[in-house]
Amino acid sequence: MDVEAAKMIGAGIATLGMAGAALGVSNIFANFLSGALRNPSAAPSQTGNLIFGMAMTEALGIFSFLVALILLFVA
Amino acid sequence: MAGTDPIHQFVIYDLFPIHIGDEAAGNALNLSFTNSSLFMVVTVAVLTAFMAMSASKASMVPGRFQLAGELAYSFVANMLRSSAGTEGMKFFPFVFSLFGFVLVANLLGMFPYFFTVTSHIIVTAALALLVISVVILYGFFRHGPKFLKLFVPAGVPGYVLPIVVPIEIISFLSRPISLSVRLFGNILAGHITLKVFSGFVVSLGALGALGWLGALLPLIMTVAITALELLVAVVQAYVFAVLTSMYLNDAVHPSH
Amino acid sequence: MVTQAYAQEAVTPTEENLDHAVDATHGEGVDAHDPTADTHATTEAHGEGHSDVFPPFDPATFPSQLLWLAISFAALYLLMSKVALPKVGSIIEKRQATIDADLQAADADRQKTDAAIASYEKALAEAKSKAQAIATQSRDAMQADLAAKRSAAEATLATKVSEAEARITTTKNAALAHVDEIAAETAQAVVGQFVGDVSADSVRAAVAKVKG
Repeated sequence: MDVEAAKMIGAGIATLGMAGAALGVSNIFANFLSGALRNPSAAPSQTGNLIFGMAMTEALGIFSFLVALILLFVA
Repeated sequence: MAGTDPIHQFVIYDLFPIHIGDEAAGNALNLSFTNSSLFMVVTVAVLTAFMAMSASKASMVPGRFQLAGELAYSFVANMLRSSAGTEGMKFFPFVFSLFGFVLVANLLGMFPYFFTVTSHIIVTAALALLVISVVILYGFFRHGPKFLKLFVPAGVPGYVLPIVVPIEIISFLSRPISLSVRLFGNILAGHITLKVFSGFVVSLGALGALGWLGALLPLIMTVAITALELLVAVVQAYVFAVLTSMYLNDAVHPSH
Repeated sequence: MVTQAYAQEAVTPTEENLDHAVDATHGEGVDAHDPTADTHATTEAHGEGHSDVFPPFDPATFPSQLLWLAISFAALYLLMSKVALPKVGSIIEKRQATIDADLQAADADRQKTDAAIASYEKALAEAKSKAQAIATQSRDAMQADLAAKRSAAEATLATKVSEAEARITTTKNAALAHVDEIAAETAQAVVGQFVGDVSADSVRAAVAKVKG
């Protein structure tokens, strides 16, 4: 197989890792929402944690994007 | 197409060339003042001007600028105090500079045609390594060999330690990597996505009347992603500062 | 090839040295032009020279970025730690101190007010009890005075009454004594009219008999 083609395929497969990040982020927001509906008065104090968790989880998806970039441009 | 190439925005070019060393000998160093350097200086200037304006009046009842500056001050101070305690407050100027630098650089990057300093991994890696070296140096300076207790969690039975200690060491060493790659990746991915969608607008618009209609969709997406990227710019600066505070807490109180 | 297609646009004015470094590391030629990229390259503002490395991963830009990051971040740190943050911090501290002092002063004033109210109420209660005592005292005095006067008046009245009664008794007795005499005289006169002269003594005996 051509090396360039292998790089392309590898990069495409690497983006699948973002599915995990999608699951994680949606899990965070779903749980936050169900908790916030149970106890709406406590919800505003936890938005900082929500955003923080979202950023941490989202970063993992970004890592797979980065792997794709490295495969395309560096490897 | 240069207009729609998503990578073009990250290109660094010299503004005032400064070249050191001999190219033929292979030790050439390009220390030129580039567009990246320009925006680093602009970032520093913007942040300094903001803080100077907020501190210039020094009135008992704050005006708008003063209030904004004081809010930024107390925001970072509370963040650092809640994660590293009062002893960690000696790092306050450091954490505030990091937070301010990353935040202003991210936000400046949201302007069209502006260069985003934090979209280059070497910059975020340098900042993350700076954080980790401050943690390590202060930890050993303050606690001596006791700093190594950081890798031995309290209350863990002895027979698991051979497994736990390497894990702790690896997780400590991976901190600068995740810290730098998180910021770099978020900013880079956001800017590429933004450029790709706005590129769709241009290429669809070139197709004529139907294309103009079709270009509406990516245009709406571009606006939405711009809002999302503004959020990401602020949140990533916040996350960077929070993680810095938590790592500094390890330096101040190594036995957790 | 993606790398070379975008590399066509990743152009910088002074890139001879970049190309040098990049070519050295990659050993890959940069003259494989994408035909579509070529047509647009003419519209580029800066069109000569190109790097085939993804710009964030281009090691040729690292020294310059590191140097200027160090310079600007050091400047920022110095400006923040020596000038801006102490100023802002001192303002916040000063305000906090002023607020605390004002609150303390307000608290002291409130305590003073409370003390004044308490002392006023105490004085009021004292005055009230004093007034009550005076009222009781004067009422007692008046009552005693009144009782004394009444008993005195009653005593004089009683003596007067007994005197008057004595006088009435004597007068009655005298009057009763006179009644006998009058009756005797009247009877003597009446009898004298009917039967002639009668001795006074017999008339008296008869009256006494009738009375008896």
